[in-house]
Amino acid sequence: MRQINTEEIIDTVEKICIDANYNLGDDLIASLQNALNNEESPLGKEVIAQILENAEIGRNKQVPVCQDTGFAVVFVEIGQEVIIEGQSLQEAINEGVRRGYKNGYLRKSIVKSPLDRVNTGDNTPAAIHTDIVPGDKLKITFIAKGGGCENMSRTAMLTPAQGRDGVIDFVVNTVKDAGANPCPPIIVGVGLGGTFEYATLLSKKAILRPVGSQNNDSNTANLEADLLDGINKLGIGPQGFGGKVTALAVHVETYPCHIASLPVAVNIECHSHRPKTIVI
Amino acid sequence: MAEYINLKTPLNDSDVEKLEAGDKVRISGTLYTARDAAHKRLVEMIESGKDLPFNLKGQLLYYVGPTPARPGQEIGSAGPTTSYRMDTYTPTFIKMGLKGTIGKGGRSDEVIEAMKKHKAVYLAAVGGAAALIAKRIKRVRIIAFEDLGPEAIRELEVEDFPAIVVNDTKGNDLYKTGSDKYKVPS
Repeated sequence: MRQINTEEIIDTVEKICIDANYNLGDDLIASLQNALNNEESPLGKEVIAQILENAEIGRNKQVPVCQDTGFAVVFVEIGQEVIIEGQSLQEAINEGVRRGYKNGYLRKSIVKSPLDRVNTGDNTPAAIHTDIVPGDKLKITFIAKGGGCENMSRTAMLTPAQGRDGVIDFVVNTVKDAGANPCPPIIVGVGLGGTFEYATLLSKKAILRPVGSQNNDSNTANLEADLLDGINKLGIGPQGFGGKVTALAVHVETYPCHIASLPVAVNIECHSHRPKTIVI
Repeated sequence: MAEYINLKTPLNDSDVEKLEAGDKVRISGTLYTARDAAHKRLVEMIESGKDLPFNLKGQLLYYVGPTPARPGQEIGSAGPTTSYRMDTYTPTFIKMGLKGTIGKGGRSDEVIEAMKKHKAVYLAAVGGAAALIAKRIKRVRIIAFEDLGPEAIRELEVEDFPAIVVNDTKGNDLYKTGSDKYKVPS
């Protein structure tokens, strides 16, 4: 067994909250540069150039790239040979978020009650997802999830008869209805199969893949390509001003499902895509 | 690349009537910030007959909740938030003389109608370009609802703040014309 103290977890979470919000990933930057080359709309090109310039300011000045520094969503893969010492894992993650959002001058965007709407003041609690996996490591993935794009996400329980075409219609229409709201060019995470809640969780995990990576299964990779093509024919373009690049990538993750069901979840991610992973 | 149209707040009817969907503007002067919770409070103040913390007439509202400023900084990152959430409140302000709003994403038919009738415009700033936009904000002062934190109402002094006209006073909509132009029929 390997012992990991929660102090180390707190420090790690603090660090990645700040890092993710200041420094966009190389995969995203490469994808945006590609989009700049492919976009035909002059205004669309101008928007992408500004997004790239903004990313440089974030990195050079060490400031948040977006004012919506997000809901702190934390995925933890806990090796089954790991013993966590100290406080509870949940408290440790929330303490890391609290410190990261305070010390990194990140915006506190969480309200305590959905109806009373009083700000918690420290961006906690985080949305925490844990998985037990083989091994003796602890893998922590943080993503700052903006509210604007999260609001445009949808889940549907389709019938098996609706099949592949039904899935494409639902995903493309979700992006069409979202229009300019979620800050295109977007990344589209699709969870296909499982149960109602499982599809939704898969759609968020799909977003975490390197931008533009293909699913290992060739049928799923073909579906990703067809979805991206359908979405980019909508003409929404960067910031919705019209153009060829509405989405940078579509990632689909699948899971077996019930004979009666075809769940599909679409999690929309803005171009300000801010995931970071650290393995302890 | 098209020229920028310079706007200096406060604005009058003829300033906004000149603007057309797709025009690029640069704004200098004062902007007032307000988003979800502040809108709710402002409308409650109007309904109960109280004076607002600032005069809406001729002004522009910017939908933003900035990140906290570091010591020595005037403001943190400050890009636009999605506008449709403010749609239910916006016509009330436009009727009172507000000349425009700045955000991102489409507006309701009611807002577009109010803009046509009372001469106001809707402008988009580039969502997510928050560090870039912050460079155009020179001074910040919280003027109301400090308890709301990022949602407090701030008075911003801006210079050459960049935005694009989405809805003009004639009912044109850049989101619609832009996507129609690049849409590929299936």
